[in-house]
Amino acid sequence: MPRQFTPKVVTANRLLEGDAVWLTEDGRWTPDMREAELLDEEAHAELRLLLAQSQPDVVVGPYLADARPGAEGPEPTHFRETFRTRGPSNYTHGKQVEL
Amino acid sequence: MYHYNDFDRAFVQERVDQFRAQVERRIDGSLTEDEFKPLRLMNGLYLQLHAYMLRVAIPYGTLSSDQMRTLALLAEKWDRGYGHFTTRQNIQYNWPALKDVPDMLQALADVGMHAIQTSGNTIRNVTADHFAGAAADEVADPRPVAELLRQWSTDHPEFQFLPRKFKIAVTGAAHDRAVIQAHDIGIQIVENAHGEIGYKLLVGGGLGRTPMIGKVIEEFVAQEDLLPYCEAIVAAYNLMGRRDNKYKARIKITVFENGLDTFRDAVLAQFERTKAAFTGVDVKLFEEIRAQFAPPAWRNAPTDAYDAAYRADPVFRSWADTNLAAHRAEGYAIVSVSIKKPGQTPGDATAEQMRVLADLARDFGHDELRISHEQNVILPHVHKSDLPKLHAKLREHGLATANIGLVSDIIACPGMDYCALATARSIPVAQQIALRFEELKLEHDVGPLKIKISGCINACGHHHVGHIGILGLDRAGVENYQVTLGGSGDETASIGERAGPGFSADEIVPAIERLVLGYLDLRAGPEETFLQAYRRLGPAPFKAVLYPEQEAKRERADAA
Repeated sequence: MPRQFTPKVVTANRLLEGDAVWLTEDGRWTPDMREAELLDEEAHAELRLLLAQSQPDVVVGPYLADARPGAEGPEPTHFRETFRTRGPSNYTHGKQVEL
Repeated sequence: MYHYNDFDRAFVQERVDQFRAQVERRIDGSLTEDEFKPLRLMNGLYLQLHAYMLRVAIPYGTLSSDQMRTLALLAEKWDRGYGHFTTRQNIQYNWPALKDVPDMLQALADVGMHAIQTSGNTIRNVTADHFAGAAADEVADPRPVAELLRQWSTDHPEFQFLPRKFKIAVTGAAHDRAVIQAHDIGIQIVENAHGEIGYKLLVGGGLGRTPMIGKVIEEFVAQEDLLPYCEAIVAAYNLMGRRDNKYKARIKITVFENGLDTFRDAVLAQFERTKAAFTGVDVKLFEEIRAQFAPPAWRNAPTDAYDAAYRADPVFRSWADTNLAAHRAEGYAIVSVSIKKPGQTPGDATAEQMRVLADLARDFGHDELRISHEQNVILPHVHKSDLPKLHAKLREHGLATANIGLVSDIIACPGMDYCALATARSIPVAQQIALRFEELKLEHDVGPLKIKISGCINACGHHHVGHIGILGLDRAGVENYQVTLGGSGDETASIGERAGPGFSADEIVPAIERLVLGYLDLRAGPEETFLQAYRRLGPAPFKAVLYPEQEAKRERADAA
């Protein structure tokens, strides 16, 4: 039986800065995951990923990451993706201070 | 120390210029990421979780004060004010922007440094004993050999696309501080019965997914045969190594699957060819390199200042007892500067600390520094009379932690705080263990104990050879930490054995505390180290303190 599709966001790293970014509904790349487009349908998610993959001059390594709806927008479901939304735990560097 | 000649300078400069053009072409869209990725990796540039990461080679861990100052400059100008020293004696910058990397490489080239072959399936930075040229117990300085290997392996046309990465380490002493038994090739400088210097060669050691202890392939290789023999090993591996499965591609698997004798036969067949091709130019080159590693002019001075401070100042005495090692020259000491103050990230140094260390090396250390694979900084040649002044300076800058070789001197890889490959974090675990033992004020009583933490199976944190190893994994979407016991990276090398089920992030620090306190009860006396006690008693009593509930259940069952 095919595995049931779980909600996703499209994420990647920016080519120039290297930081984590997420694809918004209006096709922008945002450093704030809460602004990302939450993708409920598999076919639509694949299309959005294709769009991301067609922008190699903007982002590197786009992929679909699991996410769930939250009060302020999409939230990560796995700790790795959580770290990407905030930065390292040993210094207050990265998104935890930049957003 | 080795100084670049015109050839080295031209070669490194050419690579910087090439990479600058490649970055420009990537940014303007003429190179795709697929085209660019192998080029950036050849120059040590990774893309990690939050940013790019530049890994700079510090060949055999040796630096001049000017080079250290340049590392500080990179941290300050193009990064976030710090750098991370790694278990391969390299330094990593965690936050460079792509457009700045060519300028960083240029600044490095200006002081004879580079990031070449710090990634990719090539021969990586050659590491060596961090006490090289200073240790009282060494047969010969391993750095001339390491430099010869660096020159031979850099851009070696036959070895740019090996089945997998390839790591070489060299020790000049029987007491192995370079973990040679966990390397693809391990080299030990030895002296034979006729007083001739030669090399004992090991192959097929390695950590990672399938940890293995290296096997001796030759007991004694003469100087003139060293490069031809190493070339024969890598050539044989290049042909026999598996390319069908990344996890079986390292030389340790090649040696294991074919057997050492079959592999040696293949090496010897290659050796006939390589030996004929080497014309003796390597021996001439080696002599030229060796001349550059002549020891500095030792000072002959009284050590009264040291003796007085040692008697009078308990803080100095504690630091001296823990952080100094025996030097080959009368009146000198090897100083290990701990960059593992409890709560600090193991291996991280700020730009300011790097500059202080550079100044101290210039003023008191014959202008030399070393980076150890244990992620500390070494001042290899300090006259004892200068130690009180040096110690005072270190204290001012948070660099006088007296914990070398103790519980809080933990090796930790960057883990999932930075690394894209990691499956769990390692830095916070190291920080918490160090802080906990500082609170307990026990680490000097516990004595020598090596805790090593990796944030994934690739084992950059050398957990397999930790007396206590910790491996961070992702278990069903939660960080989980496995403990291994009884590993060792010295001349008595052994791979640690898994103790049992893993611990959650909340449980791992109390578990390590139980283990260490349990050892204090188990040891025969204060002189028996953790590793000695483990080797004498076996895993059972240590498992019992690590898993008290299971132990209680077992006792109940026994009683029933």
